[in-house]
Amino acid sequence: MKVLAAMSGGVDSAVAAARAAQAGHDVTGIHLALSRNPASYRSGARGCCTIEDSNDARRAADIIGIPFYVWDLSERFHEDVVEDFMDEYAAGRTPNPCLRCNEKIKFAAVLDRALALGFGAVATGHYAQLRTGEDGLIEMHRAIDHGKDQSYVLGVLDQHQLAHSLFPLGDTHKSAVRAEAAERGLLVADKPDSHDICFVADGDNAGWLREKLGDRAPNHGGAIVDDATGEELGRHTGTYGFTIGQRKGLRIGTPAPDGKPRFVLDIEPVSGTVTVGARERLAVDRLSGIKPRWCGTVPRRLEGTVQLRAHGGEHRAVVTTADDAVDIELLDPAFGIAPGQAAVIYDGTRVVGSATVSATVSATVAATQATT
Amino acid sequence: MSQSSPDPVVYLDHAATTPMVPAAVEALTAHLLDVGNPSSLHASGRRARRIVEESRETIAQAVNCRPGEVVFTAGGTEADNLAIKGIYWSRQGTDARRTRVLTTSVEHHAVLDPVFWLGEGEGAQVELLPVDRDGRLDLDALRASVERDPASVALISVMWANNEVGTLQPVDDVVAIAAAHGIPVHTDGVQAIGTVPVDFAASGVDALALTGHKVGGPYGVGALVVRRELAVTALVHGGGQERDIRSGTVDTPAIAGLAAAVELAVKHQPEHAVRMRALRARLVEGVLAAVPGAMLNGPALDDPTARLPGNAHLSFPGCEGDSLLMLLDARGIECSTGSACSAGVPQPSHVLLAMGREPDEARSSLRFSLGHTSTEADVDALVAAIGPCVERARAAKA
Repeated sequence: MKVLAAMSGGVDSAVAAARAAQAGHDVTGIHLALSRNPASYRSGARGCCTIEDSNDARRAADIIGIPFYVWDLSERFHEDVVEDFMDEYAAGRTPNPCLRCNEKIKFAAVLDRALALGFGAVATGHYAQLRTGEDGLIEMHRAIDHGKDQSYVLGVLDQHQLAHSLFPLGDTHKSAVRAEAAERGLLVADKPDSHDICFVADGDNAGWLREKLGDRAPNHGGAIVDDATGEELGRHTGTYGFTIGQRKGLRIGTPAPDGKPRFVLDIEPVSGTVTVGARERLAVDRLSGIKPRWCGTVPRRLEGTVQLRAHGGEHRAVVTTADDAVDIELLDPAFGIAPGQAAVIYDGTRVVGSATVSATVSATVAATQATT
Repeated sequence: MSQSSPDPVVYLDHAATTPMVPAAVEALTAHLLDVGNPSSLHASGRRARRIVEESRETIAQAVNCRPGEVVFTAGGTEADNLAIKGIYWSRQGTDARRTRVLTTSVEHHAVLDPVFWLGEGEGAQVELLPVDRDGRLDLDALRASVERDPASVALISVMWANNEVGTLQPVDDVVAIAAAHGIPVHTDGVQAIGTVPVDFAASGVDALALTGHKVGGPYGVGALVVRRELAVTALVHGGGQERDIRSGTVDTPAIAGLAAAVELAVKHQPEHAVRMRALRARLVEGVLAAVPGAMLNGPALDDPTARLPGNAHLSFPGCEGDSLLMLLDARGIECSTGSACSAGVPQPSHVLLAMGREPDEARSSLRFSLGHTSTEADVDALVAAIGPCVERARAAKA
């Protein structure tokens, strides 16, 4: 099969491409240029977007012995991922741009183009496993290496996308992937992992948003208000600097009467009000989800688990669906869940699908923290 | 290019670089084991120096300049930089009012970037002059710009031939406009040597850049041909080996290879051009017939004074040139989409944009450039492959 290997310049995608080639596929490597002006989104080789990463990917392709090209996806990436990220923050939500990128760029724009150009699949270095289920559908499961498992950020892929994807690393531990890279003579064997959002320099989300949002943020400042007393505890310079569940960086002068730390409970982007309060108030036992994406068959009711953050734990949950609405009852409460986050639904190790959190219901008080 | 390979490469990117001719390989390799710094005073040094000077004379004869006007550089980009910055600084030094640098909007980056650099850091006022739909300089715009304030023009740089669409620029007319006011003219002649007649003395230009690897010579060696009377400030300081405006021990074997290639290319230019034009006609006709909607960019093919003989530049509406290049590459057919940045990110060609094309049109274009090893079989292989490739690339864009 003709396979298009997306190569970020990191060790994972390099080994994934090498494995696809070794498996007998006719592999072509591509590096996605996601920034119109390379190095403008962030500097230094940290996973994507730089000339250095592009060169690392090119050298890996040389060693694997496959053709290599750079595809310019910068416009699509800006529209579908960066703009969306900014809009979501401006609206007081907490988006995950990696999911969005997988949904709109890697397994949509890139995959569609690949299929049209005669390729049969796109291979990436994501840690997840694909297997064919008894019903003949392609199932996506968590990776063997639970510490590296990336099935969460792939929870937006549907059956068509899964059927044309290859994740050659899902059955391997990261340490073994590095060792294999070294064995194969890939120079990126020791390259550090990328972590933060690829287009935000130094992981400084708030700083980046402050600079980029400009007029998009309706409110650059506002009050920090105590949830219990309604008292204004301080002022802030922009709601985008906050995320629900945040504890650090609130810079509140007055301590809570009980001396316990306060957390961000709610963000109101229009008025600019940030509500803070005790940790218990963050506990959530029910979620509403919108924009569901299903990997295969749509479940009516499912007793499974839900993951709410890229490296978060699993919560036992009962999931019920109706049309495009998803109701998630958490049997283990979750803390600090923000609208905009993705809830990825699992049945055991199998990814069932995902939804975007639109509202949460607190476990302590049955007050809905719905946002616009 | 290997004959023994089961899947011979169809190389249609000679404007990027063309294979070395055997005479250049011979000339270069003949001196690889010789010791001797051309600046040394002993017998070995003199022997090396003799090779360098004989090469200089060979090149001077081929392009019709005086040997002392040939300044060896490490290629075309360095020659362009030396001309633009060196002449600008020298003209500025003589008269600080000379701040304007006039050039065209379709120059190679080796010209545009030093010009922009002068604008950003050295106080130059940069004027990019417009071109017509064929990429030819608008002479009225040049004349108007010069005559607005001739005393403030430091230099004019206009390429002899465009690397992307092959347009030959009206260098004679540029020189006539400049000469009336004593303004020096530099020309990037990298694509022109060996493909069209180039006579340095007769052209009246003050400086001309050439490079080895575009004429069948080695990489990493070139020359700035620059009039003896013109003062040029050095970019690279040191031993002053090349007329005190370019320092660094010269690469004797490479220079011998360069001279052999230039001599041969210029000698064979007339018949080479005839052969290229015939092959190019076959290519363009074949591709236009195979791909409905394809369009030729740049000047018409029938006027030999309008366009480089081996250049074919075509737009394939509805395609990404990028996808098309990849599909052709997979079939062993090699061509170019135009300028690429250092990360390999394809940008719409500034040349096509300057010619009034939309970014989408510009992105749908490919350059096929023929050279001394090109054959009818190469052209026919492209013509056979292009139809299905375009069809597929169009589907990928839809």
